[in-house]
Amino acid sequence: MNFKRCKLKRLDGQNPSYEKNKIMLKINNIHAQVGDNKILKGLNLQVKPGEVHAIMGPNGAGKSTLGNVLAGMEKVQVTEGSVDFLGKDLLELEIEQRASEGVFMAFQYPVEIPGVNNMYFLRAALNAQRKYRGESEMNSSVFLKLVREKIKMMNMRDDLLRRPVNEGFSGGEKKRNEIFQMSILEPKLAILDETDSGLDIDALKIVADGVNQLRNADRSFIVITHYQRLLDYIVPDFVHVLADGKIVRTGDKSLALELEETGYGWLDK
Amino acid sequence: MSELLKKQKNVEVHKRVNQSYKDGFVTDIESDTFPPGLNEEVVRAISAKKQEPQWLLDWRLKAYAKWLTMELPDWAKLKIPEIDFNAISYFSSPKSDENAPKSLDEVDPKLLETYAKLGVPLHEQEILAGVKRTKVAVDVVFDSVSVTTTFKKELKKVGVIFCSFSEAVKDHPDLVKQYLGKVVPIGDNYFSALNAAVFSDGSFVYIPKNTRCPMELSTYFRINEMNTGQFERTLIIADDGAEVSYLEGCTAPMRDENQLHAAVVELFILDNAKIKYSTVQNWYPGDEEGKGGIFNFVTKRAACNGVNAKVSWTQVETGSAITWKYPSCILRGDNSRGEFYSVALTNNYQQADTGTKMIHLGKNTKSTIISKGISAGKSHNTYRGLVRISKKAEGARNHTQCDSLLIGKNCGAHTFPYIECSNSTAQLEHEATTSKISEDQLFYCKQRGISEEDATSMIVDGFCKEVFKELPMEFAVEAKALLDISLEGAVG
Ligand SMILES: Nc1ncnc2c1ncn2[C@@H]1O[C@H](COP(=O)(O)OP(=O)(O)O)[C@@H](O)[C@H]1O
Ligand SMILES: [Mg+2]
Repeated sequence: MNFKRCKLKRLDGQNPSYEKNKIMLKINNIHAQVGDNKILKGLNLQVKPGEVHAIMGPNGAGKSTLGNVLAGMEKVQVTEGSVDFLGKDLLELEIEQRASEGVFMAFQYPVEIPGVNNMYFLRAALNAQRKYRGESEMNSSVFLKLVREKIKMMNMRDDLLRRPVNEGFSGGEKKRNEIFQMSILEPKLAILDETDSGLDIDALKIVADGVNQLRNADRSFIVITHYQRLLDYIVPDFVHVLADGKIVRTGDKSLALELEETGYGWLDK
Repeated sequence: MSELLKKQKNVEVHKRVNQSYKDGFVTDIESDTFPPGLNEEVVRAISAKKQEPQWLLDWRLKAYAKWLTMELPDWAKLKIPEIDFNAISYFSSPKSDENAPKSLDEVDPKLLETYAKLGVPLHEQEILAGVKRTKVAVDVVFDSVSVTTTFKKELKKVGVIFCSFSEAVKDHPDLVKQYLGKVVPIGDNYFSALNAAVFSDGSFVYIPKNTRCPMELSTYFRINEMNTGQFERTLIIADDGAEVSYLEGCTAPMRDENQLHAAVVELFILDNAKIKYSTVQNWYPGDEEGKGGIFNFVTKRAACNGVNAKVSWTQVETGSAITWKYPSCILRGDNSRGEFYSVALTNNYQQADTGTKMIHLGKNTKSTIISKGISAGKSHNTYRGLVRISKKAEGARNHTQCDSLLIGKNCGAHTFPYIECSNSTAQLEHEATTSKISEDQLFYCKQRGISEEDATSMIVDGFCKEVFKELPMEFAVEAKALLDISLEGAVG
């Protein structure tokens, strides 16, 4: 299977830029709230380059909030703690700066932007990020080639490119579009927020395949999911359980299987 | 009467440069300007200055008498400050007009500079060298006087008349007489009466039978002088089977006091003829505190008198402190069609009350209304539209779509659709939406690396798409740029 190949490649250490001990993301004792609602209560997490971390946990535990803290959503107020991303204080950066530094979030609920052409949007995003990094704008023919290549990978219909961003897309198409955007923007850290929910098994495989093709020694993933099913296709290095605003357990892939059997009832004990 | 003329060197120092209004410069040229005030003498003086025939003077005087009996309309959702009509000067012309310029070489170089700043493609060479290779014939109305018309010769070859209103009165009096005031009568409304009394110049277009105008026609209006009003008239006639696309653009310098613009546009569309009339209106909107800006009271009306006649109004309104404007279509000819595509954007303290009237008189007449209102800052944006189906308008159809987009929490959007239907075979559709640029949309865009400003502009552009696609290509680009400028400071 595809993921195996990717994983093997990484473990082979063929990519010289893979530094085993370097930490990409260091989340330190984060407390965050929305209004008066305290959601994250001292969360710690470290992610090294190339790693895939799965975050599981009951509804309302704060999984999306964790993603939003990293992406910089203004509504979420960080009251304590720090986040270091590749040597930068992530919390000091604007949302769009974080994106350009390489933080990408595949949204749980991708929004629709009426009248704005999907491809136009993506090119604007890519060029905004390139500009931030001091790179030249990508011209439309090079961009088009890139798009053609990636759209095939995501098995997406061409016409979705010309349609307004997410407007009239089915649930599955929206999720695929997120991964497609990710493949064009090539982030360093991708947060996938329940990208698997609402997907049938075929769509799930396509999405997982897209993600696996992007896996490499430098790119890390935080995969938020409810179901162990996704983790059969995107095999994580670590599985964390987030409950009541904290990581309460960490294990390897087998933890996901265990959770599938036991559920989260044990948390209440 | 010469004592009425006061030479005034118009050297104005900008007190404050408002970055966001890019057209807000004052041109330092010598001009002839009437002292402020309005009375019968002034009306006569304007007419004399333009060496008009008696019939036109009589028409003006009748209009003035009518205006005196009328009152400023108060039905619009606008707060209109008291306008002192005696504080306004009713005529101003660049001085070089005294020996009317015959060609571009004779035009005051300062003026040409102004147009260059405005981006008006005045030089024919420039236009010909343009990437698009579309030709645009331009008439420029600077304060009150039409300065130059390009491409006249080429148009003449196919029989198209495109000239200033004053020239038309001199050279084509019969046409002017036949059509002037026939679709917007003198007493139609307060501002049309005022315009009829004191109008100074404007554009005139006649497209002969079965002729497709070989290029876009365009007029740029600019108010430059202090305390002047601008009252231009445009008259366009498309004879049987004729076709023309016409664009007007307008700008004004930034001034602390308000300036009045009260124009009248009359269109006549005969059998199987078509007029496409596009406006990009960018009069000075006033500053962030609502100081200054143009009061824009405009009457535009098209008479589709012929069978299969078609008119299409496309407007992008971003300027003016107050906009009061309802480009209308009278669909008299059977199978005639009227279209109204509008983007109206208000920011800061701007107020707009704009829309259209579709008057269905003929059989199987069709109308389409697409209105996009964008409100930001503390502004108020109102759509007001009337669809009237008369008894005889068998099989008439209307589709109205009216969308409002709000940016921020302190602005307002209002919609007043009026429908009067006297024929049961009519089919009317009305859709209306109000939306906000949501935080989620902005977050999504920013998460992809796009700044809030660019995201807003992108979302607004997407919102306006259906209207922008109706504009001639070059102007669609200009319109988008204008929206961006007008929205500066509206976000964040
Ligand atoms: N924008 C918000 N406003 C108010 N409460 C919120 C908001 N977002 C999340 N919450 C609350 O925070 C808690 C955690 O939500 P979330 O992070 O979405 O959980 P999960 O993704 O783990 O299901 C929930 O109780 C939810 O109701
Ligand atoms: Mg969630």
